[in-house]
Amino acid sequence: MSTQSDSSAPPDRLAVVASGGQVPSEVHARVRQDPAVLEIEGFNLWYGNKQALHSISMPVPLGKVTALVGPSGCGKSTLLRSVNRLNDLVPSVRITGDMRLNGDSIYDPRLDVIELRKRMGMVFQRPNPFPMSIYENVVYALRIDGETSRAVLDDVCEKSLRGAALWDEVKDRLADSALGLSGGQQQRLCIARAIAAEPEVLLLDEPCSALDPIATGKVEDLIQELRGHYSVLIVTHNMQQASRSSDFTAFMYLGRLIEYGPTTDIFTKPVLRETEAYVTGRFG
Amino acid sequence: MSSERSRRGRSPHASLAAHGEPWVWLTGGALALAVAMIVGLLGYIVYHGAGTFWPRSLDLVELSDGRRVLGEEVAREEAPDGSGRRLVRTANFELSGKHFEWFGEGDVAATTRPADATVVERLEGGRFHGFPTRLLHGDEVVADGAEASWAEFHRLHPAARRRWRDAWRIDKEDRGILQRRLRAARLAVVRAGLNAGEDSPASAAARETERLIGVEVARSESELDERTAALRAGNEGWGLEFVAAGGEKMVLPLADIVRACQPNRLSLAGKLGVYFSRWGEFLGDDPREANSAGGVFPAIWGTVAMTLIMALLVAPFGVLAALYLREYATRGPVTAAVRIAINNLAGVPSIVYGAFGLGFFCYVLGGSIDELFFRPALVADGQPTFGTGGLLWAALTLALLTLPVVIVATEEALSSVPNSMREGSYACGASKWQTIRRIVLPRALPGIMTGLILAMARGAGEVAPLMLVGVKKLALDLPIDGSFPFVHPEREFMHLAYLIYDVGFQSPNSQAAKPMVFTITFLLVTIIALLNVAAIWIRGRLRRRYVSQQF
Repeated sequence: MSTQSDSSAPPDRLAVVASGGQVPSEVHARVRQDPAVLEIEGFNLWYGNKQALHSISMPVPLGKVTALVGPSGCGKSTLLRSVNRLNDLVPSVRITGDMRLNGDSIYDPRLDVIELRKRMGMVFQRPNPFPMSIYENVVYALRIDGETSRAVLDDVCEKSLRGAALWDEVKDRLADSALGLSGGQQQRLCIARAIAAEPEVLLLDEPCSALDPIATGKVEDLIQELRGHYSVLIVTHNMQQASRSSDFTAFMYLGRLIEYGPTTDIFTKPVLRETEAYVTGRFG
Repeated sequence: MSSERSRRGRSPHASLAAHGEPWVWLTGGALALAVAMIVGLLGYIVYHGAGTFWPRSLDLVELSDGRRVLGEEVAREEAPDGSGRRLVRTANFELSGKHFEWFGEGDVAATTRPADATVVERLEGGRFHGFPTRLLHGDEVVADGAEASWAEFHRLHPAARRRWRDAWRIDKEDRGILQRRLRAARLAVVRAGLNAGEDSPASAAARETERLIGVEVARSESELDERTAALRAGNEGWGLEFVAAGGEKMVLPLADIVRACQPNRLSLAGKLGVYFSRWGEFLGDDPREANSAGGVFPAIWGTVAMTLIMALLVAPFGVLAALYLREYATRGPVTAAVRIAINNLAGVPSIVYGAFGLGFFCYVLGGSIDELFFRPALVADGQPTFGTGGLLWAALTLALLTLPVVIVATEEALSSVPNSMREGSYACGASKWQTIRRIVLPRALPGIMTGLILAMARGAGEVAPLMLVGVKKLALDLPIDGSFPFVHPEREFMHLAYLIYDVGFQSPNSQAAKPMVFTITFLLVTIIALLNVAAIWIRGRLRRRYVSQQF
């Protein structure tokens, strides 16, 4: 039930949301000025009977880093995994609404999911290198696509590892098992693997949460360098990381999009006081 | 606060249970007991099995009624009233009608160890114990006296053995090749008759070929006959005369003597020589005398061949079935029912598998194969090729028996692959099959090997189903040998586990067979252990390659 307090103060949106109501998202106009690589339209998701995402609508700008922030359980990882349809693997999931990748509908039932996933790259919370050599890990996406030319694979491997700032550390031991790398190196390897196939959008799900501060710093620098070449959608619960690394920030709460705008605006002059309360650390 | 706690005091019960020391003792004790039982059983087998071939001293026993016997003391027993008795291997079956005999200690007057007491292992008739007296060639005395005849025997025996072996090899292999050619020609005639008719030109051509081959074979056979006759003539008449403990004289032809030694004279080196020579015979030769003497080479070959073929059959079958169950099947009552059925298969008695193998594989499948592809053999001499027990059906039956083990182990291994790896692969745009092939299966290989190891260990030791589907008491043709097509899946074969049953319980000379049972058991356990060690080594390498250095 939504509560109407006195007309002088607007109702606390978070309280409305917490009691099951719906609130309109506050999306800054600046967000729509750049062309969008990903367009999310009225997206709802249910795990069984429990609704996890409520009518999310937001554009993800091309060539920029967009951060999804919010307290635990707000649905940011669910939203990220819905972009490359990893939630299809969960049997009890039900969705309505749509997403578009460069104009192509993602949830079109006739769409080949495998082809779709090849256009995106994903990096997970815990590094998950495959039980193969470093070289094979990086070129995995090309191998499953049928690429066999050694020259092409070598070239892509070097480019991706350079792009992930890992080349100098591993160039002499590409045939070694990837499982022997340190945590930070493994995560950068996963990033190299994700960018090897030149994805249209890069999805990063809390990539630094399992890493030590130095490795975190390296990965954050890497994200800065990726900006411009790739469109990045990154989930993070680290406010400082979001404010340092991203161009746009979206604040989510309990499966709803509360506010979405340029990072500097969100952190210095947010429209909603609920957003201000979150980013200044007063809760969450 | 803390003072309250200390006032409450700690019951000694709670402290002990919290420490867990009784549980440590309990679990450690259980493990120690299990290890002790295993080591005890293996030690018992090794002790009895390894000692069978050791050349024991020969005792000359003089009994109080004047009788003398020459033999090895095998066992001694003490009765509660103080009197004892001993079991002596007297050998000389054709003289006394017994291989072994019990003597009460009270009847024994004296026991000596004469230096020239000789143990002779023969091709037929069991062992012979006696004293050498003369070396004869026909009626001519070549050497006289114990020492001279023994020395001369040693000089001449190796050549005699070699001639016998060559003749035997010609009989077994060369004549076998000729017989096979003849049979192939005969089958060609029958086949032409079935396909084109008895009066067709094809039939006539086949008959002509058969006739020509028959002529050639006859010529080769007479050549071989000459050679074997020459070899056997070389051994003709040569014999070593012995006198047994009771005074009977016997001439043993040199060619019939497999090995003769004088154990009372042998030094430790000499005894070791005899010991290893007997082991060599055991591992390399064919069996003699209803499997109670000679070697078990065909059984070793059959056991290893069958176990390897069984592993080759069960591995892909089991892994693919488990893959479908774990990766592709939708969770539901049907999948659950299938899984329960597979688990229950593991509890079916193995003889039921034997009956199924005989009924379905041999009679139905094998019979159909015979009808379709091997009719000439059926018509020619009524012998089914695949319609009876053989290597292939035995391996298939045992593969079915060990299938549940492999499926369960593989399912466990597949479940243990972390989901994060699968998701990483999907996120790269891999299909389900690509993910399985490139990520899941390699990662699960060590667990799959564990299942294979268990399956091999179980399958190599099962006797009951084998008795029905292809193992024979005596099968001197090896299932994998040098004759084309090298692997003969339709041949019956020998198996060590069945040999244990046969030698232990069906042998006419049970006392002599008893140590053989231990030795064969020792050998079987060793072979299975070696196969397992090989598989474990492979698994270790797979683990290092695909699983180690976890994050």
